[in-house]
Amino acid sequence: MSLETIEFKVAGDGRAVSLARRAHCGVVGSGDLEVMLEPKAGDSAVSVRIVTPVTGFDALWKRVVEHFVAETGLAGLSIEINDNNASPAIVALRLRQALAEAQA
Amino acid sequence: MKTEQRWDTLAADTRQRLEAAAAYIGAGKRVKAEDTVALLKAVIRSGDRVNIEGNNQKQADFLADCLNQVDPAEIHDLHMVQSCVPLASHLDMFERGIAKKLDFAFGGPQAGRVAKFIREGKIQLGAIHTYLELFGRYFLDLTPRVSLICAYEADREGNLYTGFNTEDTPVIAEATKFRQGIVIAQVNKIVDKLPRVDIPADWVDAVVESPKPFFIEPLFTRDPGLVTDNHVLLGMLALKGIYAEYKVKRINHGIGFLTSAIELILPTYGAELGLKGEVCTHMVLNPHPTMIPAIEAGWVDTIHCFGGELGMEEYVKARSDIFFTGPDGSLRSNRAFAQTAGHYALDMFIGGTLQIDEWGNSSTATANRVSGFGGAPNMGCDPKGRRHVTESWLKCGREVPHMADQIGNMPRGKRLVVQGAETFGEGRAPTFVEKLDAWQLAENAGLDLPPVMIYGDDVTHIVTEEGVAYLNRAPDMAARMAAIRAAAGYTEVGLKADPAETKRLREARIFMTPEDLGVDRNRANRDLLAARSMRDLVDISGGLYNPPARFRNW
Repeated sequence: MSLETIEFKVAGDGRAVSLARRAHCGVVGSGDLEVMLEPKAGDSAVSVRIVTPVTGFDALWKRVVEHFVAETGLAGLSIEINDNNASPAIVALRLRQALAEAQA
Repeated sequence: MKTEQRWDTLAADTRQRLEAAAAYIGAGKRVKAEDTVALLKAVIRSGDRVNIEGNNQKQADFLADCLNQVDPAEIHDLHMVQSCVPLASHLDMFERGIAKKLDFAFGGPQAGRVAKFIREGKIQLGAIHTYLELFGRYFLDLTPRVSLICAYEADREGNLYTGFNTEDTPVIAEATKFRQGIVIAQVNKIVDKLPRVDIPADWVDAVVESPKPFFIEPLFTRDPGLVTDNHVLLGMLALKGIYAEYKVKRINHGIGFLTSAIELILPTYGAELGLKGEVCTHMVLNPHPTMIPAIEAGWVDTIHCFGGELGMEEYVKARSDIFFTGPDGSLRSNRAFAQTAGHYALDMFIGGTLQIDEWGNSSTATANRVSGFGGAPNMGCDPKGRRHVTESWLKCGREVPHMADQIGNMPRGKRLVVQGAETFGEGRAPTFVEKLDAWQLAENAGLDLPPVMIYGDDVTHIVTEEGVAYLNRAPDMAARMAAIRAAAGYTEVGLKADPAETKRLREARIFMTPEDLGVDRNRANRDLLAARSMRDLVDISGGLYNPPARFRNW
């Protein structure tokens, strides 16, 4: 199975909600994914790295992550996703669950 | 002047055909398996309307194989009228030129091939019906001339026992026989005494003991191990936002994982919401194994079934307070009656679909897959003939603005019709689309009407991971469409949503997010399932549920 890596950055809207600590959510099982959130120093942008077996959905990934960042006001962190055919609904759910874990 | 007029041409024609077949029909209407092809050649004529019993599960597969062996030079241009076409043999007869026209309700595993044959002109499509609609036409303008039916057992006079999967047999036999047609039955076994007579011998012309038992597909078994966290989230939204909100008691569940998830969180999340005895007390559905935990926990009063489900026989027999079983203990799963209950007695239908357009019309028929609709359009509509009242039906109707524009000051309820789906389905194909593939299919098949499963005006609620759209509360089409966009997530349709408008819809409770409903996404987890595996279902059933081999994964 060949994997594609998608990397991009999302600029925050200036609210700069920071992440208290790193968080991990989900497993790379069938139809699922793992999400890792990690605070980073220096840069206020959100850097995103997605490894996925599915090609042709870069725009969709960007929509989901940009919406998550806009909704939460997060800044200064990196998001890493190892995908195994997850639907956008599951991606959005896992991102929210990881954030809840980091803020718990 | 009085013209000589004959009034028994059908009966005379039938008599003639049966005389031609007499050499193969022995005592007790019995026909040897090896004479079956000859029998069919004797009783079927080119251009006949022929029914092969085939529905979700019970298949007259031996008779279908035999019909495929006739010479297309002798018998051709048959018009097949049947519920389903799930077997390869059902379509082979179009490929071979034996059959020409098809009227059906459900495609099942042959959905892709049906679409291909339509495109290639091998099938001339009549219509994709609902089951009840097709049964209705059996009794009017699509009566079968010859029907090839299926039963578990026959006795030595030719009476039939349909056992656990009664399904379509009574309606086919009655429509055919009482219009002077010919009924041929395939049975697994011929016995001295039947546990119960479902079809009397004088409605049957010939009985064949098939070389092997008919094929049954466990179509309604969902492995709890495959229920995802997102299914649980959608289930929580449906339970809190709809079941609890309207206190819906009379429900049909579709066959997808969303409704399995709902069934499996009734004893956990449902109990927490205080819904036991308040919702899901009367169900019309096949004996879904995922209902076992809720049944065992005392949630359900009554279940009527369209058909059976492999492995549920002993469980159903041991729960005769819940299911409709005969004196022999087996299910009487009459599809016509279950569909009637689904059309008139239900307060809510909840199912899924492949595509929903911007107005809320939905279809599972695409240009490449003609899976048909089965009974969904009957359960997924507001039947205009309903006259009885329930609390949930009245509440749903009261919430419809401008009902008075149509019927003045007369009170009127409304059936809840719920579509539940992730915004993207298999292969990340968007569920919400600007134009249904059904339009393309209509063009391919030369249909006057794109095959719509559920019309937009019948849909009262849409549930996605974004939340619940309460379309019944929308004052006009603009608000309905905005609520659909709000539910459509990151699809192209969803991207057209205007945040300010979505905010207004949330304030008006026409669209509600999980947070608005007080559903905690972080609890959307498989831990909420009352059974997490097939093994759990067996254990909770006290060992009465006996899953088919391919589901025995422990």
